[in-house]
Amino acid sequence: MPGSIRRYGTEMVHRTEQSERIIEALAEGEAIRGRSLWEDARRRFFRNNAAVGALICLGLVLLFTVVGPLFSQWSIEEIDWARMGDIATEGHPSVESGHYFGLDGLGRDLYARTIQATRTSLIVGVIGAFVAVVIGTLYGAFAGFVGGWVDNVMMRAVDVLISIPYMFIIILLMVMFERSFFMLFVGIGIVSWLDMSRIVRGQTLSLKNREFVEAATTAGVGRFTIILRHIIPNLLGIVVVYATLLVPLMILVESFISFLGLGVQEPNTSLGALISEGAGTVLYGTPWQIACPIFFFLVTIISLFFVGDGLRDALDPKDRG
Amino acid sequence: MTAYIVRRVLVAVPTLVILIFACFFLMQVAPGGPFTSERPLPPQVLANIEARYGLDQPLWKQMWDYLVGIVTRFDFGPSFAYRDRDVNDIIAQGFPVTLTYGLISFAVATFAGMGIGVAAAVRHNTWLDYIAVGATFSAQALPNFVMAPILVIVFTWQLGWLPGGGWNGGQWQYLVMPVIALSTSYVASITRITRSSMLETLNSDFIRTARAKGLPEHRVIWRHAMKPAMLPVVSYLGPTFVAMITGSVVIDVYFSTGGIGRAYVDSALNRDYAVMLGVTILYGGLTVLFNLLVDVAYAWLDPKIRY
Repeated sequence: MPGSIRRYGTEMVHRTEQSERIIEALAEGEAIRGRSLWEDARRRFFRNNAAVGALICLGLVLLFTVVGPLFSQWSIEEIDWARMGDIATEGHPSVESGHYFGLDGLGRDLYARTIQATRTSLIVGVIGAFVAVVIGTLYGAFAGFVGGWVDNVMMRAVDVLISIPYMFIIILLMVMFERSFFMLFVGIGIVSWLDMSRIVRGQTLSLKNREFVEAATTAGVGRFTIILRHIIPNLLGIVVVYATLLVPLMILVESFISFLGLGVQEPNTSLGALISEGAGTVLYGTPWQIACPIFFFLVTIISLFFVGDGLRDALDPKDRG
Repeated sequence: MTAYIVRRVLVAVPTLVILIFACFFLMQVAPGGPFTSERPLPPQVLANIEARYGLDQPLWKQMWDYLVGIVTRFDFGPSFAYRDRDVNDIIAQGFPVTLTYGLISFAVATFAGMGIGVAAAVRHNTWLDYIAVGATFSAQALPNFVMAPILVIVFTWQLGWLPGGGWNGGQWQYLVMPVIALSTSYVASITRITRSSMLETLNSDFIRTARAKGLPEHRVIWRHAMKPAMLPVVSYLGPTFVAMITGSVVIDVYFSTGGIGRAYVDSALNRDYAVMLGVTILYGGLTVLFNLLVDVAYAWLDPKIRY
C-alpha cells in the first residue's frame, strides 16, 4: 500500500487530476493508515521478549502489592506472641500459621511487611521519577530554548548541585526535619531532576532551530507556549525512556537510606529496611527474613531495568545495534 | 589547556563554598537542636552551652567562622554529642580505613570493568561476550547493601572462609568482602560502558585504516582504539567515585570496619549536626576535587575538547 502513496506524490501531471487523486487517497485513508511513531515503538517493544517478560514480572509484583493484603491474616505491626519466643524454629514460612513468608525478628508477619515494603519502594520510585520528569523537563527545556546567559547560569547551577554527593544531603534533610514519607519525597525530588534537565536541555538545543519552531515563532506564538506545545512533545520519547530507568535508581536510593535505618519510620517499612533487618539476623538461622525482601527487590529492579532498556530500543531506533 | 584548568577551578571553588553555606543554613533552619531535650534546661545553662559552641553569635558570624575554620585550619569544629571530641578527631580516626578499602574498590571497579569490557568487545558475539553482557546486566541490580549480606551468607556462614566483619589493621581477609560488595555493581556498569564504546570505536573508519595497513590486532586495539574508547569511561569515573564514597557508609555499618560511615550514621541518629556537616563537606570537597581531576584528564585525552 505505501507504493500507492508514493505514486500520488510523483505523478503531478495535471492539477485537477492530482487533487482528484488526493481526495481518492484521503478516502482510502482508513485503509492505508500510516503507522505513527508510538505505534511503531509499541510494535518494536512487544517484539522484544526480554522486555515483555520483564513487564509481566513487574505486573505480577504490582498485582501482589494490590491483591496480596486480601490474603494476609496479620497486620504489619501485630506481634505473634505465641511464636515469637522461638522464631528460628517456629517462625519459618508456613501456610498453617498464616505467616506465608514467616516472621521477622520481632515476631511480626513478614508477608504483610514485605507487601508494605514493596509498595513503599514502588511509590518512592514512581514519585521520584515523576518529580524528575516535571521539574527536569521544564527546567532543561527552558534553559535550552532561551539559551544565552540564562542557559549558562541555569546549567552551572545544575553542575554545582550534581557534583555534591546527594545521598548525604538527603540524609541530612531526613535527620534535620522529620523522617517521614514527605521528607523522603522532597529529598529524592531535589536530586532526581538534575540528570533529566541536562538530557532535556541537550535535546532542546538540537530541536530549537528546526523549521516547525521557526514557523511557530513566525506565527507569533509566545516563547513559553512554544516550549510547552512544540518542544516538550518532541522530547517525550527520551523523557519516557529516562524516567523508566530512573525509577529503579530512585528505589535504590530509598533502599540505601532505609538500610542504614535512616528512612521511613516504624511500623512502616521498605525493602531496604527489611533487607537490613534480615541481614542482621542472618547468623541466627532465619534465612527467609533476608530471602523474601531480596527476592522482591531484585525482581523489581531487574524488571525495571529490562523494561527501560526495551523502551529505549523501541523509542530510539538510532541506537539499535 | 591552562586556561581550561583555571576555569574549572573557578567553578569548583564556589561549588564548595555553596555546599558549606547550604549545609550550614540547613542546620540553622532545622527545628530543634542538639541541646533540645525532654527536660528543658535552665536558661542560664543553655546560654552557657550555646556560648561554648559559639551559637550565641549572629548567624553571619557563625557561618563566616565555620567557613574560615575549614578553609584555613581544616577545622570542622567540636562535636555536639561527644564533649571531649572534635569532628576532626572522628574524621581522623575513621578516614584512613574508609580511604583504604574505598580506593581499592575504586581501582577494582575501574580496571576489572575496563578489562572485561574490552575483552567482550574484542570477542564480540562469542560466548565470552554473551556471558559478560548477561552477567553485567543483572549485576547492575546488586547494590552494596544486597551484596554484603549475600557475601556474608556464602563466605562466612556457609563456607567459613572469611571473617564476617572487623578490620584488624586491614589484613586482606578483612578487605575481600567489603571490596567485592562495594565494587560489584560498578564493575558491571563500567564493563557495559567500555564494551559499547569499544564496539563503536572498532567500527570506525580509522580502525579500518589501521587494520588495512596491516597492523596486528593487538596493536590496533592498544595503540589506536584504546584512547578514544576510554573517553566515556573516564567521564563515568566521577559518578563511580561518588558511589564508592556513598557506599562506604553501608560497608562501615555492615562490616564494622571502623570507618567514617559508622560515625556518620551514629551522628545522624544522635542529631549530632556538627559531625554530619563535617563528613558531608569533607566528602563533597573530595568529590569536587576528583571531578576536577577527571575534567583535566578528559581534556588531555580528547583533543577535540577546548572550551
